[in-house]
Formats: sequence, structure tokens, C-alpha cells
Amino acid sequence: MIEIRSLYKSFADKDVLKNINTTFVEGQTNLIIGQSGSGKTVLMKCIVGLLEPTRGQILYDGRDFVTMSKTERTLLRREMGMIFQSAALFDSMSVLENVMFPLDMFSSMNLRERKRRARQCLERVNLLEAQQKYPGEISGGMQKRVAIARAIALNPKYLFCDEPNSGLDPKTSLVIDALIHDITVEFNITTIMNTHDMNSVMGIGDSIIFIKEGHQEWVGDKTQVATSDNQALTDFIFASDLLQKARKAFV
Amino acid sequence: MKSILQPLVTFGRYLQLMAKVFSRPERLRMYWKQYVKEMQQLGVDSIGIVLMISFFIGAVICIQMKVNIQSPWMPRFTTGYTTREILLLEFSSSIMCLILAGKVGSNIASEIGTMRVTQQIDALDIMGVNSASFLILPKIMALLTMIPVLVTFSMVAGFGGAYAISFAGILTPDDLTYGLQHSFNQWFVWMSIIKSFFFAFIIASVSAFYGYTVEGGSVEVGKASTDSVVHCSMLILFADIFLTQILS
Repeated sequence: MIEIRSLYKSFADKDVLKNINTTFVEGQTNLIIGQSGSGKTVLMKCIVGLLEPTRGQILYDGRDFVTMSKTERTLLRREMGMIFQSAALFDSMSVLENVMFPLDMFSSMNLRERKRRARQCLERVNLLEAQQKYPGEISGGMQKRVAIARAIALNPKYLFCDEPNSGLDPKTSLVIDALIHDITVEFNITTIMNTHDMNSVMGIGDSIIFIKEGHQEWVGDKTQVATSDNQALTDFIFASDLLQKARKAFV
Repeated sequence: MKSILQPLVTFGRYLQLMAKVFSRPERLRMYWKQYVKEMQQLGVDSIGIVLMISFFIGAVICIQMKVNIQSPWMPRFTTGYTTREILLLEFSSSIMCLILAGKVGSNIASEIGTMRVTQQIDALDIMGVNSASFLILPKIMALLTMIPVLVTFSMVAGFGGAYAISFAGILTPDDLTYGLQHSFNQWFVWMSIIKSFFFAFIIASVSAFYGYTVEGGSVEVGKASTDSVVHCSMLILFADIFLTQILS
């Protein structure tokens, strides 16, 4: 479980995050949604420690990440996995080597065990046949699946996904969403996903926080999001003509 | 005021990065693997260009010395002697490192810069890997190992070029051999190699600094690559003055 308490982040004199208070529960896909520039990426970067919050607390199962020493942070990071918008695979390594990398760095397994574990992870994302290929030789969707395999290699307690569907076609996006959701439930991971993909919101949003201009505007889940009377949320969710028509028909 | 302080700020950031680079490695096995890979990529892959450039420059120096210095009043070994001194004292260490700053330095800056803009460095940081050390330390160690070797190869190839010219009939191989051996001071070879250690460190660390601190996209990566070559070249030239003064 990750708890965010009174989190603020400013750049120069501009407040990008203002008083964020929320809890991300384990075994659920917790979505952060909002328009581009609303502050959701900054929130994610603060949570994983790529940015330092101006003030507030980020509690990983009660451990405050903000006040932790460098060594404690390094140890905690080994419990995290992250899937980036761009997949962020290492270009110079094959798919198998990419998945093996966290194991090579931090596990005490021997080479055979590391390979076996990496292949298990690749099998989990249905990519065993691509293990010898390089990131440049596989599609964007496959790269995201490799990133998922790499992220789960060390059995993380916390999984972060920064717009994992960005640049993917709707069908592949659904595959990625399903994979993230299944892994979250299967391994009881606290998953936080940053998205503005409505399919993800409606499909896997076990818990949703809507950020608007740095404020926490709304908190709920996928069953409440379509029927919420929050105007800002409704404007965001039903921004497209197609969804507006669908909503009218539904109502 | 800001522009005056900017070089100091940059130097401070460089020192901070170096402090991160020279911290204790997490997993030596992985660093060793990277080190071997970097020796191949940065060093072994540069052997061809070093040999080719050195061979032709050795030949050209020999021709120039013959045409411009040799006269009936000068001993016939002068061409070989001056060719050797130029190759050993300046070309094979300083000029070759300037060339390598272009080839290897831009490679390092663009590789690390691309990793930065494609979030590969963020991925390492989030895993808990000291990305600065993991990416930069093996490159520094690889260049410290390989550049002295390349400098030695350059000397040999330069002499090869001079001999090729002598066999073409511009001067006799015997005169060239006598000139190359005349008043030979072994220290000049060591001086070149010692200088190359400093130049190797400059090339690897400065280029890595520019790559690692890139912010933005492909344009910034290109700029970082150019900046790294310019600054490496300037620092090599400055260092050459001091090192030549100290070691001579």
C-alpha cells in the first residue's frame, strides 16, 4: 500500500501539485488520470523518487520515502518495477538480457536460475519466442510487454506504469491493460498507472484519482466514473463526440 | 554575472557527477561485463581508423621533412629523426587523442544522451542502480586501458607509413632506419603513453558528462555531442601544454 499525505510540488514559483492525499491499495490497479499538463506525471515521478516533493509524505507500507536515507531508498527501489511510456528498454541488450538485467544486478541466483526466471517472465507476457531479438527489432506493443516482464522479474511489491498504452493501437492497449491488471491481482502488487486512455479507465480502474491543475479533483473507481456528477471529470471523460453520444444514449 | 559563473557551475556539476561515478560498484560482475564491452566498442573498433590515419600521416610527415628540411648541408638521417620526434612527441599522443575525442567522445555523449532522453537512465535509477557509475565508470576504465594501446599502435603505424614512402624511393630505408634510431630517447615513448592516460580520462569523463546531463530531445543530444567534442579538444590541448612542460 502506498499512502500520499499532503503532497506539494513546485517548480520555481509555480505549484504543480497541491495538497494530494490518497491511498493506493495492493492487489488493485490504481489509476491517475487527468489532462496533459495536469500534474499526473509529476505526481508519479515524486512517488518513485525521480523528483523531490516540496513537502508532504509518501508512505510505502508505512515507510516514508521522502525522509529515507539514500541507502534505504536504494533498497526500497528493489521492490519497485516501472513501465515507462517509451518502454525504456536497453537498446544494446537483447530481450532476454533486458529481462535478466535486474536479476543480474540484484539477485543471488546463478546464471541458469536467472535465465530460467527471465524466461518465466517472458512466457508470462507471451514473448518467449522473441527472447533473442533486440528492442529495435520488435513492435511497440512487444516492447511494452518486455518492459512488463522486466518490471516483474524481481517480484516487485510496487509497479508503476507511466502511460503504458501511449502510441499503441486500441487492441494492443487492451492486451497491455489486461496483462497489467492480471499481474497486479496474481502477485498482489500495488500498481499505480498514469493514463488518459478511457479504455483503461473503464476496464481496469479499480481505483481512480482524477487530477486537475495539480489538485486532486475526484477519487473513485470505474463503476462511479461514468455516472459521477463532477463536471470537470465528466468534461474530461466524455471529451470526444463519440463518448458524448454514447453517454446520451446510455442516459 | 550568470554567464561568468556558468563555467564554475558546470565544473561543479561535473565534479558531483564524478563523485557518483567513483562510488562503490553494486555488482562487480556486471561492471566487468560492461568494461569488456566498452573496450571492444570504444577501443578495438577504433584500431582501424587509428592505423589508417597514423600510416598516412607518418608517410606525409616523412615526405614533408624530406622536401622541406633535407639539404646537402643536413645529414641524410634528418628526415627519419624528425619524423620520429614528431610522431612520438605530439602526433601519436595528442593529435591522435584529438581525433579520438571526435570519434569516441561523440559516440559516448550521444549514446548516454539518447539513453537519458529515452528514459533508459531513469529506468536504471528506479531499479536502484547507480546509473552514473554503471554507465560511465566502465567507459572511463575502458578508455584508460585502450587509448595507450591505440597510441602505441599509432606510433608503429606512423613508422610504417614512413617506411612505405622510403620504399617508394623518396629516401633510402637505411637512411630512414638510421634516423629513426638516432639519439633515441625511450622516455619519449613513455611520455606519450603517460599523456594518453590523461587524455583518455578527459575524453571519457567530459563526453559522458555532456551526455548524462542532456535535457530535452534529439536536438539537445546532437548539441551535447558537439559540445563534448569541442570541450574535450580544448581540454586536451590545455592539458597537453601542462603535461609537456611537466614531463619534458
